[in-house]
Amino acid sequence: MSSFFRGLRSGVPIGLGYLSVSFSFGILAVSYGFEWWQAVLVSMTTLTSAGQLAGINMMLMPGRYLEMLLSQFTINIRYSFMSVSLSQKTSKEFKGIRRWIFGFFMTDEIFAVASNEEEVSTGFFAGLTVFPYLGWSFGTLFGAVMGNILPESVMNALCLAIYGMFIAIIVPKVKSSISMFVAVAFAVTLSNHFYYLPVLSQIPFGVAISVCAVASAALVAILFPVKEDESNAG
Amino acid sequence: MQGNSGFWIYLLVISFSTYLIRTIPFVLVKEKIKNTFIRSFLYYIPYTVLSAMTFPAAFYATGNIYAAAAGVVVAVVLAFFGRGLTLVAVSSCAASFIVSQFICA
Repeated sequence: MSSFFRGLRSGVPIGLGYLSVSFSFGILAVSYGFEWWQAVLVSMTTLTSAGQLAGINMMLMPGRYLEMLLSQFTINIRYSFMSVSLSQKTSKEFKGIRRWIFGFFMTDEIFAVASNEEEVSTGFFAGLTVFPYLGWSFGTLFGAVMGNILPESVMNALCLAIYGMFIAIIVPKVKSSISMFVAVAFAVTLSNHFYYLPVLSQIPFGVAISVCAVASAALVAILFPVKEDESNAG
Repeated sequence: MQGNSGFWIYLLVISFSTYLIRTIPFVLVKEKIKNTFIRSFLYYIPYTVLSAMTFPAAFYATGNIYAAAAGVVVAVVLAFFGRGLTLVAVSSCAASFIVSQFICA
């Protein structure tokens, strides 16, 4: 059981970080017109930042289920890669039903901490998921409920938190690698086109994100193929 | 959104697709992917997704483009100097709030 507690402890900073980011998600969701329990339900069943942000944007319009599926697939495909990567490091007993259960908790930060382990046991991974999950769920609840109490100027500012977190993930990568700089530059340029150009701006948010992300990642994958050891760091 | 049956369908779509995309490879894949293009593509995709979602949308997140821009600049600078996710997120909100107070005052 000691590996469970070790995991528990490793999850504390992630949980705190999630608390503040999901707080901003809760505020945003309520400002879009969702009920507090809807925001909490989305967080508790989905546990992802970018996917949920794109998701609630799409939920505002009726019947775009295929678009939702398509954009979620693109936004979350990175989790597949993380799962593949972590499946190489798990201990012998971490398989079957345990993977079906704990695979749910594969987020960028949980993956990053778990990958630092020599070998990932079920106990450690289970412990690691506790605080991030609580932080994400309660943060959403607090944000959604207090969103009605806080003054509008504060709420507006807090909507930026989720983007601040994205920037904190992107910038260090861009700084340390030319290929990543090119990838991000392509993606941003494309997404600006989709945002501002007359015809392209009619294309729904989720589809636009998918197209920008896939096109630029594919292009840069051809221009700058990644060597074996490099990609594990992702 | 209350009483909207579409919400429940959306909830099913978003939660199951996210769940399956995480678990299926975790359960099925036992060997390493060899194809260089696929490996490279998977390496870049998280960051192209995040940057396409953030820019230019972040500039319109707070209802005031100057306040949002201040927050974005602070976030980029702090992230450049290697600050953690929480500090960067909180600081960008603070910067945006301060600027919005000056503009609206």
